[in-house]
Amino acid sequence: MTGTILFQQLINGISLGSLYGLVAIGYTMVYGILRLINFAHGDLLMFAAYTAIYLIGIFTLPWQISFPLAMVITGLMGIVLDRCAYRPLRDAPRISLLISAIGASFLLENLAIVIIGGIPKGFPRPPMFDHVITILGVRVQVLTLYTPVITIVLLLGLLYIVYRTKVGKAMRAASKDFEATRLMGINLDRVIAITFFLGSFLAAAGGIMWAMKYPQVNPFMGVFPGLKAFIAAVLGGIGNIVGAVIGGFLLGLGEIMIVAFFPEVSQYKDAFAFVILILVLLFRPTGIMGEPMIDKT
Amino acid sequence: MQKNSLLALALVTSLVFFGPAAQATAADTIKIGAYLPMTGAVAAYGEMENAGIEIARSMEPEVLGKKIEVILVDTKSDKIEAANAVTLLVEKEKVVGILGEAISGNTMAGNPISEAAKIPSVSPTATNPLVNQGKQYAFRACFIDPFQGEVAARFALNELKAKTAAVIIDIAQDYCVGLGNFFVKEFVKNGGKIVSTTYIQTGDQDFSAQLSAVQAANPDVIYAPNYYTEDALMAKQARDLGIKAPILTGDGAQADALIEIGGAAVEGMYFTGHFHKDAATTERSKQYIKLYEEKFKKEADAFGALGADAYFLLVDAIKRAASTDGTKIRDALQDTKDFQGVSGIITMGEDGNPIKSMVINKVQDGKFVYVTTVNP
Repeated sequence: MTGTILFQQLINGISLGSLYGLVAIGYTMVYGILRLINFAHGDLLMFAAYTAIYLIGIFTLPWQISFPLAMVITGLMGIVLDRCAYRPLRDAPRISLLISAIGASFLLENLAIVIIGGIPKGFPRPPMFDHVITILGVRVQVLTLYTPVITIVLLLGLLYIVYRTKVGKAMRAASKDFEATRLMGINLDRVIAITFFLGSFLAAAGGIMWAMKYPQVNPFMGVFPGLKAFIAAVLGGIGNIVGAVIGGFLLGLGEIMIVAFFPEVSQYKDAFAFVILILVLLFRPTGIMGEPMIDKT
Repeated sequence: MQKNSLLALALVTSLVFFGPAAQATAADTIKIGAYLPMTGAVAAYGEMENAGIEIARSMEPEVLGKKIEVILVDTKSDKIEAANAVTLLVEKEKVVGILGEAISGNTMAGNPISEAAKIPSVSPTATNPLVNQGKQYAFRACFIDPFQGEVAARFALNELKAKTAAVIIDIAQDYCVGLGNFFVKEFVKNGGKIVSTTYIQTGDQDFSAQLSAVQAANPDVIYAPNYYTEDALMAKQARDLGIKAPILTGDGAQADALIEIGGAAVEGMYFTGHFHKDAATTERSKQYIKLYEEKFKKEADAFGALGADAYFLLVDAIKRAASTDGTKIRDALQDTKDFQGVSGIITMGEDGNPIKSMVINKVQDGKFVYVTTVNP
């Protein structure tokens, strides 16, 4: 393998990995507070992509407005999801929440099929992201370069909210102890709603970036990215925001490199991701950045 | 409490046993089942074929003096769902014949069930040879992949002047694996060289690693006999990477979604296909195209035409058999000779595989354009 191709594959990997990371943040945030794997998270990607398509297509808004608007709408959708599917089960056993999450995921997918239909749609790629530049003899699409940058910027923004604001303090408190947080006079439902908003907002960013890179929008488009992001979150240490991004990068790079170095086993690319999941769960269940497990009841 | 649940159990059991029997008495219609992918990865095929069947039924709504009823079941593009759908059609709906599925893998899941029940089935577009192998009651309306792979290989060598080829195969689909192999066999036999073979899976969205390997091998042509979504995404990423080699693919590419997703990237893509309206010759096809375009306000497509042909073949066999008996319909289907279908003239060959011509199409200016016809 020549240096150019290796460099090309490296860029492919970073670009894929930053998308996984972006989606993984949302998983990890909700888990950190509720100890809930929000299986509907992947479907919010789909929701965001369709919302962006319709904002551009029907309301003919320019992308500079419709993309952020789609992200806000998806964030609100996250709050609705919490209000309808999770909040009524706040004091129920955790397994009920998990099942409710799976139900919410199926509901979103099947609603999309009934309302929009199963045939994939294309996705408009704004000219700003469309042109190609050459670095060291490698052709790179600018979108590929923007993706990691956007991921890092959103990550820094999120870290600011979590560690430097009052709401963030409440979130961290809630992730440590529900009851004590309530006793301190914090409106827990509001904090959780905000968490869902932020997580879904980031999922929407991921969904739009995903749809720009892989422009086929269909009701099931979020399932696989969702699963992969979940693996990334576990790999990085579920509950840890920085870990989620690191896990995403590692998973993306790993998937690309396995195909790059062993093209004959490229059909096992997905198996690779799941093998990692199993190994992490077996040998280091807390992931790369995870804190030691303390069962919270 | 226990008495109540016993009563409920009795009620449910009686529903299960007497429900279908009560329905079957109203037999003034002839029921044909259709199991198609209306949702999921290959939903576009199901939608097109169902539209074709609808037009075909409006052209021939009756057989043996009875109205034909088509019962549609969605397979969600899934093999297990396809098998369930056929069981439902055979056991519950008591259909006399079955249309479907659209893709090879799913038809291979459905066929053993209709075969065991001795109900004849006609698949519009399942092209893998294994679909009908050793089956008495399984038929199709399309050509099969050995022919398609051969034509594609010769087209690559002679028309595209390719000496080297890269093959990208969707390992999850029987159709793609089979067609890829038939292409490679013929291409190598005639002096071509395969410089890269990589695999993808249905539902994959990132092909950058595979394509970077293809780019390094620098082939004259890329053969990617996959379904439309994967084809479109792959073409887009290939062009983004700066790969300029022409892309050749199979009949699975001919869906509008290919162009909607792929846009400028699929321009110049060639593929072997079943039908193009500009190559239509039979009387039936002209009438079909007219009715189709009046109703749907768009150009008649290949999968719709094949869906209609599957319907016509089955109805024609019921007519000639003058019976709804599965074995008699099966014999009539096997005897189909010089049938004037929408997609051309169909004669049923060995194993229920038709002998018919093929077209080569190309994407040009956001449309499927007819290039040439190849006879068997």
